[in-house]
Amino acid sequence: MEISSDPASPLLEVRGISKSFGAVRALQEVDFTLRAGEIHALLGENGAGKSTLIKVVTGVFARDAGIVRISGEEVAPRSAKAALGAGIATVYQEVNLLPNLSVAQNLFLDRQPMRFGIVREGEMRRRAKALLADFGLDIDVAAPLGNYSVAIQHVTAIARAMDLSARVLILDEPTASLDRHEVEILFGIMRKLAGRGIGIVFVSHFLDQVYEISDRITVLRNGRLVGERETASLPRLELIRMMLGRELAETTSARASATEHEAREICASFEGYGKAGYVAPFNLELRHGEVVGLAGLLGSGRTETARLVFGAERADRGQAKVGGAPVRLQTPRDGVRHGFGYCPEERKTDGIVAELSVRENIVLALQAKRGLHRPLSRREQDEIARRYVKMLDIRPPDPERPVGLLSGGNQQKVLLARWLATSPRLLVLDEPTRGIDVGAHAEIIRLIRELCDDGLSLLVISSELDEIVTYSDRVVVLRDRAHVEELAGGAIDVGNILAAIAADGAATAHEGRA
Amino acid sequence: MKGLPPVLITAIVLVAGFALCAVQFPNIASTRVVGNLLTDNAFLGIVAAGMTFVIISGGIDLSVGSVIGFTTVFVALAIERWGVPPLVAFVAILALSAAFGAAMGAVIHVFDLPPFIVTLAGMFLARGASFLLSTESVPITAPVYSTVSDFALRMPGGGRLTSIAIIMLAIVIGGALLLHLTRFGANVYALGGSRTTASLMGVAVGKMTIKIYMLSSLLAGIAGIVFSFYTSAGYSLSAVGVELDSIAAVVIGGTLLTGGQGSVIGTFLGVLIQGMIQTYINFDGTLSSWWTKIATGVLLFAFIALQQGLVALARRPVRKSAGATT
Repeated sequence: MEISSDPASPLLEVRGISKSFGAVRALQEVDFTLRAGEIHALLGENGAGKSTLIKVVTGVFARDAGIVRISGEEVAPRSAKAALGAGIATVYQEVNLLPNLSVAQNLFLDRQPMRFGIVREGEMRRRAKALLADFGLDIDVAAPLGNYSVAIQHVTAIARAMDLSARVLILDEPTASLDRHEVEILFGIMRKLAGRGIGIVFVSHFLDQVYEISDRITVLRNGRLVGERETASLPRLELIRMMLGRELAETTSARASATEHEAREICASFEGYGKAGYVAPFNLELRHGEVVGLAGLLGSGRTETARLVFGAERADRGQAKVGGAPVRLQTPRDGVRHGFGYCPEERKTDGIVAELSVRENIVLALQAKRGLHRPLSRREQDEIARRYVKMLDIRPPDPERPVGLLSGGNQQKVLLARWLATSPRLLVLDEPTRGIDVGAHAEIIRLIRELCDDGLSLLVISSELDEIVTYSDRVVVLRDRAHVEELAGGAIDVGNILAAIAADGAATAHEGRA
Repeated sequence: MKGLPPVLITAIVLVAGFALCAVQFPNIASTRVVGNLLTDNAFLGIVAAGMTFVIISGGIDLSVGSVIGFTTVFVALAIERWGVPPLVAFVAILALSAAFGAAMGAVIHVFDLPPFIVTLAGMFLARGASFLLSTESVPITAPVYSTVSDFALRMPGGGRLTSIAIIMLAIVIGGALLLHLTRFGANVYALGGSRTTASLMGVAVGKMTIKIYMLSSLLAGIAGIVFSFYTSAGYSLSAVGVELDSIAAVVIGGTLLTGGQGSVIGTFLGVLIQGMIQTYINFDGTLSSWWTKIATGVLLFAFIALQQGLVALARRPVRKSAGATT
């Protein structure tokens, strides 16, 4: 497909967009350019600002600074509806259509063909069929949309947008819940539309798909523009480096030598552990006093692995052993019973209870482990809270303060304290340093090392590669929901991790989603 | 679409129930009994038709019973005490109730309040206002009342299709057409599916909300007039709890209480089922009339359980492969 050769008037021009939420700067002077007829991938890790950028462009969020132009004309939509009026349509991963209405009604809602105040149902169905036929779909348009697969719902949403004469089509993670065949259909439609001069923004974390379909790539990181490149001339390794932002500065750390690692006692092991469509079967050994890092891109299966290990998700194959004895990990309760702890990535929604005090948050898991009929006395609670506030240096050192009033780093410490209070043998930390400031960062890393020295076994997920390199004894690299590489000892460095992530994944690419 | 299976189940329950009644009391299977059933439940059929719109759109209207009560008192006083011509009184009360509904809809939309609370307030307001007008039953003696009440179409078998039954049937048919054939109807379903999505897709959610509650209150006003024909009186305590009867009829008729699915015809069948149970109890003669409520309660429970089952079934991902031709 041809890329518009006239750079003077791009279809969509975003210049100097900034957006803050309170003190958090979600976007800082971001530029984005979409040419007519191109498929442009918008990439970045969690928190890079992709969704914020889309929402600012489509008027869901008001922007603080910057301008948006369509075909050279400045637009400032204030709602998704107004954006559609300006020619920008967005199809989200969660399809924004009405599953209870028929496909035809969804396509023509509020603009049905009418005669004498009555909807011309036959005419509407005929038009709907014709519209969908253009996208290669031949379905019963009188049936409720909810009866059809997500792929068909996506196509219906795209068809509606096109019929509303959109010129810019934003697809936000459209392939996340589609199988390979459905992805092919969607890509066929995207190519067809691009051929007609529609500009398509494609947000995805499946790099294979990005290389397959896109003409150009824009990468965001931490709310800033990293760069815009042509897909064909951007090596995968370079792209990953742009996304993760590592300058390949050699980071070293006092890691245990390989021999020492062999000598340690095994805390928990997983053989052929996995779940169909979730994570491909993997082998994993976790030893006492050892930090195992999980590295990979967003959606590569890191969190999924952690959830399987903890029991938050049920494995459908493989064997887990704790201290050499086979165990069943089917619910988080099983995990807790075997001495596992899990600090999830979404601290605010899955972790802390913001309204409760530091003390109450800390004793939560311990109390749950003991059971409701053996309540911790207030004195015990006070003592535990005081001990961990001191040990982890939680500030301000007031156990009665609601956790919601603490900074991100201190909230993270409270979460850590909660699990440490249960004296676990294995602690899983998912992105422990996300969203906390640099000083607290270093402190959390120091804590991780100290805990490890005390004999705890740690499984840590992080997107910050040099961080992983600093504290890990071993690093497991994931790609496309499969464990692809295990690095140990001197082999652990950012370069090797990046190479493992970027290795041409053709062989394993779609295994996880089959 | 539009919840056909639940409607079919409602129809089956009605037919089976009627057959059972007819086996025990052969006299029930006569146009006379059916005619009476339609007459006795005319006001409920009308108000339940309006309630169907509200519930499909994802709301609820608790004020309808009170609006009926207020209407009967207002009409009776206007005609008997204030000397207003009946037709003028009717137009005035319909305008008043429509405005009342529109106001509730506006409050629900503008302040983003739960319809349950707003219409609950409306319920107290309308009931209180009717007590303010008069606490006694006011008989209506205007000639137009006896004329209308006496008018009836003869049905084969000696049954009488009274004027108020005809009004109810007309409203049910009109309501069904409005719901299934117009853009307004499609938007009602859209609102019930998801207000946010409907709004993103261009539906004027605010206007729709106002119109839906206006329609419900307007139909409650008509039901009130019909009720005054039925009893030839206006009484501030009339139609207490009718909002609950009509919600029951709507749900038994296969409309999803959470909105998005349902039909006026189903509601009509739901009204008939309630009427049938009442008729059976009248024929039996030994049962307390409260058995109607018990039977309705059991049916209601059964239908809600059924809907939950159907919803759970519908949630199971059905993966049909895309019929691609490219």
